[in-house]
Amino acid sequence: MKRRGVLKVLGMSAAIAAIGLGTSSLYAQDKTVKIGILHSLSGTMAISETVLKDTVLMAVDEINAKGGVMGYKIEPVVVDPASNWPLFAEKARQLLTQDKVAVTFGCWTSVSRKSVLPVFEELNGLLFYPVQYEGEEISKNVFYTGAAPNQQAIPAVEYLMSKDGGSAKRWVLLGTDYVYPRTTNKILRAFLKSKGVAESDILEEYTPFGHSDYQTIIAKIKKFASEGKKTAVVSTINGDSNVPFYKELGNQGLKATDVPVVAFSVGEEELRGVDTKPLVGHLAAWNYFMSIKSPANEEFTKKWATYAKAKNIAGHKDKPLTNDPMEATYIGIYMWKQAVEKAKSFDVAKVTAAMAGQTFKAPSGIVSKMDEKNHHLHKAVFIGEVKADGQFNVVWKTKGPVKAQPWSPFIPGNDKKKDEPALMAEKK
Amino acid sequence: MRLIFLIALLLAGSAHALDKAAVEKLAFGDGDERIAAIGQLVAEADPRAYEVLKALGEGELQTAGKRVLIVRGDEGVDAATGEKVAPLPPEREDVVANNRLRGAIGDALAGLRLLAPERAPRLTAARELAAGSDAAMLPLVKKALEKENDPDIRPLLELAVASMEMKSGDKAQRLAAIRMLGASTSPNSKTLLAEAARDADVDIRSEAQKSLRAVEGRLAWGERAGLLFAGISLGSILLLAALGLAITYGLMGVINMAHGELIMIGAYATYVVQNLFRAYLPGAFDWYLLAAVPAAFVVSACVGMLLERVVIRWLYGRPLETLLATWGISLMLIQGVRTLFGAQNVQVENPAFMSGGIQVLSNVVLPWSRIMIILFAGLVLAGMWAMLTRTRLGLFVRGVTQNRAMASCVGVPTARVDTWAFGLGSGIAGLAGCALSQLGNVGPDLGQGYIVDSFMVVVFGGVGQLAGTVYAALTLGFANKLLESWSGAVLAKIAVLVFIIVFIQRRPQGLFALKGRALES
Repeated sequence: MKRRGVLKVLGMSAAIAAIGLGTSSLYAQDKTVKIGILHSLSGTMAISETVLKDTVLMAVDEINAKGGVMGYKIEPVVVDPASNWPLFAEKARQLLTQDKVAVTFGCWTSVSRKSVLPVFEELNGLLFYPVQYEGEEISKNVFYTGAAPNQQAIPAVEYLMSKDGGSAKRWVLLGTDYVYPRTTNKILRAFLKSKGVAESDILEEYTPFGHSDYQTIIAKIKKFASEGKKTAVVSTINGDSNVPFYKELGNQGLKATDVPVVAFSVGEEELRGVDTKPLVGHLAAWNYFMSIKSPANEEFTKKWATYAKAKNIAGHKDKPLTNDPMEATYIGIYMWKQAVEKAKSFDVAKVTAAMAGQTFKAPSGIVSKMDEKNHHLHKAVFIGEVKADGQFNVVWKTKGPVKAQPWSPFIPGNDKKKDEPALMAEKK
Repeated sequence: MRLIFLIALLLAGSAHALDKAAVEKLAFGDGDERIAAIGQLVAEADPRAYEVLKALGEGELQTAGKRVLIVRGDEGVDAATGEKVAPLPPEREDVVANNRLRGAIGDALAGLRLLAPERAPRLTAARELAAGSDAAMLPLVKKALEKENDPDIRPLLELAVASMEMKSGDKAQRLAAIRMLGASTSPNSKTLLAEAARDADVDIRSEAQKSLRAVEGRLAWGERAGLLFAGISLGSILLLAALGLAITYGLMGVINMAHGELIMIGAYATYVVQNLFRAYLPGAFDWYLLAAVPAAFVVSACVGMLLERVVIRWLYGRPLETLLATWGISLMLIQGVRTLFGAQNVQVENPAFMSGGIQVLSNVVLPWSRIMIILFAGLVLAGMWAMLTRTRLGLFVRGVTQNRAMASCVGVPTARVDTWAFGLGSGIAGLAGCALSQLGNVGPDLGQGYIVDSFMVVVFGGVGQLAGTVYAALTLGFANKLLESWSGAVLAKIAVLVFIIVFIQRRPQGLFALKGRALES
């Protein structure tokens, strides 16, 4: 009797388990896929990167609410590499080996990307990098959804050289001291020389990360500007140094009509909390501005405002702001979803192959396309001037999307490099 | 508004309609057409022109279909005729002005203001024009010059005319202009002269070079003054950061690695006070700093006293353990603030009177925020000096640090004095945080950037010496700025560190040494 009872219980539990199994396969939502988010949430880069983490989370919520990717629910794994470059590599390894994420969205500074690159190549991971950068890189494990130099830096300088931009003849190249500003300035120097600008008309200046005293730099710019011909400043200052830089610029009364400053890493988010009234007219070059009028952008900004309010995101809950890297992040995650669905697999090689030629209706109002070969997006270029309310007025834009040139033609030797990722065998 | 009214009177033209084609070109044309339209509107010298250009400069100009409107809030007028437009058409587009256009508008408005009967607007307008303006304004400025007889405004206008004639006039005019510019101090004259110094004509070239040297000589003084101010400003910041440490480390001998975090707590206290003002006293927001200063002092002092009571007091005389313990505490404080306020920087806004600057020379602008902080550093220094030399607590502190056993014998409560002194040092660190929040970023890592600098100042100045701290802060601030202007910010930082290492090796006691039996050593 007793034994039979035990058997009965066993049988029943087996049956229940079987039913349980059956239902779980019926409800696809129980299948999950992990993705990694690798953005600094503290330290000098937190000012720019934190909001990108929230953008990924917002897109994940959206995708999950609509049934996930191929029926898989996305489970985000957020790590904080704390603006510490070696820690980026450590956290990337953790995401790939421990959490086994299918894809990672992350990095802002090029030095962090360079730090994680060997990890992604060794473990064959997949990284979506959402920020404009200096080019000089195509990895089969990375998709670059930000701009290459020819999609941001070069058009911005061309604009300042044009009559409408103020016909600048002398140039101050000002940046934070690391790989992105140094390489960008190398490209710009070669470009300016090709346009007939003399060596003595270029001044290059660097400050350390987190620098906070810009008095002498501004004084130097003023002096350089008074030495003849119209001067413009190209700023590749990154991170929270931008706040003291722009504060000093405003306080010292360097007006945009006299010496315009065009920045490549300053958007709506970085100018939050800076008094922008004295900064009116200074420029930024991006592939997206919050002020762009398009139905896709209206939807994007509205979504972000609702999300920020619901999640109580500091700052954004009262004054929601969107910017270019957020847009690039958003495009990236949706393109990945489309590629996974096309490849019908999360396998890195298959997804990479399916990424080629993916298109997405970008908030900037164009249809952004992932290049068939070079892992970079085709993007439209916008140049905006700061308004008194911290938003940007678009004063110039390209007619349509521009194909990225990761190997800038202004660096010698690049003409021989292939516009696609090298195969492993070729590399060695 | 009054000004516009006056101009209207002056020109005695009833507000007739503007040239409609010009207004339309201003709104719809391309760059060159719009510049031409501005010139056309200025030539009309009409109060409506003034208003339309001002609206464009301030982003109030909008288009609805083919109509050009000036829209302020919910009210709109037709730009060309000045008629009220009600109700406003729902589909409107902003007319965007870029830098080039805004520069031209600025010149045009200044040119129109030259015709105002009051002195003040004419003077500012003349200053603006003299600082550099488009040659298109020449006829207008000349017209104004004929009528002008104010001794302050005339020379400015003459300068403006000279700089405009530099490019356009004949040789005699240009030579006269070059001589005229040689007497000015504006950076704009230097730019113009530098260009003329490369001219094809020999006479012009040599004259321009002569004038250029004169202007450069005068501007160089401005640059030196600017550098001096930058040095003093950095020195005052270093002084504020190091003063607290001069007490806790200098006088008491506690190697306090959490000093930077006490600064950071002061900055966060300022942030909290700012938010309270914004929430409860938005009308008095500009004065929040008055409340933030004592708040920052009290909060940091309390944290410091707590630290002393709980941890540091048990470690007196054991410098290595103190170092490790306070370093651990600094990490805990950083993490604590991160949990409370989030890891991202928080925004501390400058009150209105702290933004902008004062122009002392043509090429030197001193920002108000920095001037205030220099004054504040002076006040804190004076207060601390008075506290240490004029009060009973100060007497006790000095007594205890000079000879603890003897002080105890004559009845000084040494333990309590230690706590108060440490609290004072911490409170001053809090004040430094309050000042720093006005210049840079406020985040949990704020203190990390200042701890090395603070120790550098105290050690360089000589441990146990207030005067040494002051001299050291100013010297380092100055050296840093001087090197920065030569070699760039990255190298300057390294050079200053190397300099200090060499200095300390040569003179371990610092700039000023305490004589006699100092610090129980």
